[in-house]
This record gives sequence, structure tokens and C-alpha cells, in this order.
Amino acid sequence: MSFWAACPCVTQRAQQQVSIMIERVPQLIVTGILQGGIYGLLAMGLTLQYGVCRVLNITHGEFVMLGGVLTYTLGINLGINPLVSAAITGPIMFVIGFLLHITLFRALKARSPAQPVFEGSALLVAFGIMYVILYIAQIGWGGLRLPTTWLAVKVVFGGMTLFLNQIVAFAVCVVLGVAVYLFLSRSRLGRAIRATAEDPATAGLMGVNINIILAFCFGLGALLAGVAGPLSAMITNPSTSIGFQNTVIALIVVTLGGLGSVPGSFVAGIIIGIVSMLVIGLWQPILTVPVYYGILMILLLVRPTGLLGKR
Amino acid sequence: MKKMGLIQLFRRNRKLLWAGFLALILIFVITFPLYGGPYNVTVLTYVLLYVVLAVSWAMFSGTTGYMSLAPAAFVGLGIYSMAILQRQLPFPVIIVVGGLVSFAFALLIGLVTLRLRGIYFAIFTFGLVIFLSELIQYLETTIRGAHGWAIIPMSYTMLLYTALGLAVVTVLAIYFLRRSRYGLAMLSIGGNEEAAAHMGINTTMVKVLGFAISSMFMGIAGVLLAPELIYINTNIAFSTIYSFMPILMAVFGGMGTLYGPVVGAVVFAYLETMIRNEFPRYFLPGFGITLVVVILFLPTGIAGLMPVLRERLGRLRAKLWKGGQAEQHANT
Repeated sequence: MSFWAACPCVTQRAQQQVSIMIERVPQLIVTGILQGGIYGLLAMGLTLQYGVCRVLNITHGEFVMLGGVLTYTLGINLGINPLVSAAITGPIMFVIGFLLHITLFRALKARSPAQPVFEGSALLVAFGIMYVILYIAQIGWGGLRLPTTWLAVKVVFGGMTLFLNQIVAFAVCVVLGVAVYLFLSRSRLGRAIRATAEDPATAGLMGVNINIILAFCFGLGALLAGVAGPLSAMITNPSTSIGFQNTVIALIVVTLGGLGSVPGSFVAGIIIGIVSMLVIGLWQPILTVPVYYGILMILLLVRPTGLLGKR
Repeated sequence: MKKMGLIQLFRRNRKLLWAGFLALILIFVITFPLYGGPYNVTVLTYVLLYVVLAVSWAMFSGTTGYMSLAPAAFVGLGIYSMAILQRQLPFPVIIVVGGLVSFAFALLIGLVTLRLRGIYFAIFTFGLVIFLSELIQYLETTIRGAHGWAIIPMSYTMLLYTALGLAVVTVLAIYFLRRSRYGLAMLSIGGNEEAAAHMGINTTMVKVLGFAISSMFMGIAGVLLAPELIYINTNIAFSTIYSFMPILMAVFGGMGTLYGPVVGAVVFAYLETMIRNEFPRYFLPGFGITLVVVILFLPTGIAGLMPVLRERLGRLRAKLWKGGQAEQHANT
């Protein structure tokens, strides 16, 4: 209170408000970390797709949306909870991503004269697919929010009230994130993927089947989005229009973490999660995206390679 | 033989014929309100505005290869300038203000992102629509305390003529820009940016200016689009459709040319207004599939198809000629 005594211009009510806000900060930060796990998972998929396949997949959020609405359908028809349906939607999205790459992007790569041309036209193709998926999903599921929340049990932990579903989702995200990281850094296939990301032509000469590896990576990214969908559906009800926002978040997280860096995107996801919760809790929920844009703008001015990106 | 004479005539007076064709189109648009009826005039205005959007998108993104995914952001800025200023200022002033607001905003974005690789530009522009719409929604609630604006409808004939004027100015400006040093500089950036920089082109400046100019035209198109919407809020003004349609049109017509986007805009704006009421749910997925198919199988668009067709036609004609001669040779 001595701090407030120094500035008498602040009214009693404002002082109370500020101290309530400060009390809420640890709670918001922990919630933000839990939320950030999902953002990290989302961004890992995107960064994998850009880093290896060189496709900036702006369809990513739509895969999350598909995962969410499929969770609703599975829950209604078969009574499956979101955790189990994550194990179903993930592989479905993997197959979709794999097929998309092996049909569309591979053909596009073969036709493009140079790398920047390929990146540009792949971006536009992804832009087209985004609208196709979005509007087809709107035909199927309408525009309303679908009830899917599960395990909304309050857990009091060290003076903070958390929800069990947030904790479970975060645990799944961390396990998956570590698994993907270990897979990329330790396994034989992971080494092939890293080699392809670095130099596709040489990797091909060394006996790596590049087309399969690229399609596999694209599918893996889609799988991570397909898992993130049910996990976020467990916490908040999904609708067909959440895709765009998810893509924007994933893009900003990826840039913050460094394009192509898998651990970087997970760390950045947690940072963005904390920021989003602080903005929602202390300021205005509507201002989350403007704040992300502020961060992105500063980042691009100061360090465009991101936190853990290569120079 | 007479047919050949016709072709010769076309070849010799190509410029004159083009001028006549354009004059015919102009006369058609100017006299259209006399016999078209209000609805059709509105459709024609819509087509003209989409021509502006597609041409100005292709002017920057088609030549430099930096994909801007945010035409809707600038259209929305234009719509909002109209909504806010309509009761205070005369219409021509609002047009200028709307253009300047978009120009300044694009300049700011360009200075931040266009120094970097194209991928950062794409990332930044992708979410710009949602950024602006949420920011403006926040400002609306805190300053004004209400969402949404009613817009006073305007005479549709006047709107048509203004849109026509804007379309003519845009096409002419971009025609001359493409032939100027800046146009060539943008084209060479699209070809190989490093080489362009080594040739002494200030690439960042050229890119930023090109982006700002193309955004200025989009903002003005937004100002002219507003009166037909009657009521707007952030969701209506910053609809992602205004990003999607110009890109589809420009890609369909051919990004690298001037007339390609015009053709694409006329085709798809007309298609949209015709199909929208009959298949309200299916036309957008259809358009998305069209975009993907066009990029895959026709990367240079309709404009890229023209030389191929001309060559095929020429070869066919030559074959027929030669075939006749060869037969004569075989007979003798």
C-alpha cells in the first residue's frame, strides 16, 4: 500500500481494481501456458510444412476447424470423447494432407520454374483450398457453435482455479510435441526429413525418396492440426468459422519462433498463449489479434528470423 | 481469299481497332442507365469495381511475385472512410480521403514487411483483415458506443459513372505505370530480386510504392462499394470475399498482363451476381476449386492461353495451305 500512498491522484476504486488485476496475473499466466500448448502444437505443424515442403499452408486453421467439428459429430453419433476422437481425426487429416501434397503440390513443384515461383503459387493454391474446405464445412455443419466441451471440472491448485480439460490438453500437447521433436532429431526417417529440408536435391541423390518424404511431412503437419482441433474443442466449443483465426495465430507463432524451427514454435506458442490470456484477462478480449500484430510488427523490425530461427 | 484479306485488315489497323473496341465499351457503359434498369446498373457498377480490384492486385502481386492476401483490408478501409465521413464531407473529397488512408496504411505495412522475404509479407497480410476489423470494432465501442453504420444510398447512375471513371483512371494509370521505369523495375524484381538490386534498383522503395499505389485504388473502390451495402459493420466491411475474388479474377485472367485481370473480373463478377441467388451455398467452393485448377493447369491464365491459341490457329492454317501444296506435289 505504500506504493499507492505516493500517488494520491489515483482513486480508491482504481487502486482496488489494480490490486485485483495483479492478483489475477499468476492465474492468467498459468492458464496462458496451458492454452499455449495447443498454439505450439498448431505452429509445429505449420513450421514443419513450411520448413520442409516450402508450402506456407494457410489452410492449417481449417484443418483445426475440421478436427473440431468432426469431434462434435463423433461425440453425437458414437459418444466418443474428444481425446479419443483426436486419435481418429489426426490420422484422417494425415491422409488428407498426404493426398493433397502428393496430388496438388507435387504437380505444382514439377511445373514451377523456380523456388520463389513455387512458393507463391503454392500459397495461392492453399488460399483456394482454404475457401473450399471452409464453405464445404459450412454446408455440412452450419455456422453455429457446436457443444463439445468435456471434462470441465474445476481444479484448485495453489490458489488458482484451473480446468481439468486444460491440463489434460496441455499434457497431450507436450507429449506430442516432445514425440515429434524426438522423432525428427533421433529417428532414421527424421534424419531423412531434416536432410530433405536442408537440400532436397542432395538428399534425393543419397537415396531419400523425396516425394514421399515431402508428402509425409505435409501429412504430419496436417495431423498435428487435426489433433489440435479436438483438444481445443475440449476447452471451447468450435464453429466452422474458427479456422481463419487459428491460421492467423499459427502464422504469428511460427514467425515468432523462427520459420522452420520446431522447438522454437513450441516456445513461441507458450509465449503467445500467455500474452493472449493477459490481454483477455486484463484488457479487452477483442484486442488479442491487434496485440499479436503489434508483436509481429516489432519482431519483423527487430529480428525477423524469430527467437530460435537460423540467420 | 476474302478471309485472308480480313485478317490482313486486322493486322494493319490493330491499334485503331482496339481504340474503336474500347470506345464501344465506353459508350455501352455510359448509355447503359438509359435501358438497363436499376438492378443491372448496380451489377455493372459491381463489375467495374471488381475490375479495379483485380487490376490493381495484379499490378503489384502479379509482377513482383509478392503475394498480398489482403485486398479486403484496404477495401474495408475505404468502406469505413465512406461510412464515417459521408455526413460531413462531399463525395469527391471522401474518395480522395479513402484513397489516401489506404495509401498511408499500405506504406506503413510495406515499410515494415517489404524489406524482408516475400513469405513474411504473405504472413503479415494474411491476418490484416482480422486485425483491422477487431481494432476498429474496439475503437467503435470505446469512442462511439455502438456498432455498425447506416449509409445513405446514392443515385445509382452517379455511382456507375464514378465507378467507370475510376476503372478508366486505374487501367490507364497502370498501363502507363507498367511501361515506365517503375513497372520495369517491379517486373525485374519478380524475375530475380537480387539481380535487380545489383542493377541499381532501390528494390524496397519500388516495392513499397507499388504496394501503396495498388492499395490506394483498392481503397477508392471500397469507397464506391459502400453505398450499395446500405448498412455496414466490421464483419461486412472486412469480409474476406473481397480478398478472395480479386485474386481469383487476376489469376484466372493472367496475373502478368493488364487485360487478363480485366477479363477475369468481368467473367467472375458477372458469374457471382448471377449464381449467388441460385446456388448460395455452392458457388464459393466452386470458385475455390476453380482457383486451384487454374493455378495448376493454366498458370498464366487466359492471357497465357492466347499466344498458344494463336500459334495453333496459325499452324492449322499453314498445315491446310501446305497440305494443299503437298498434294499438288504428290500429284505431279
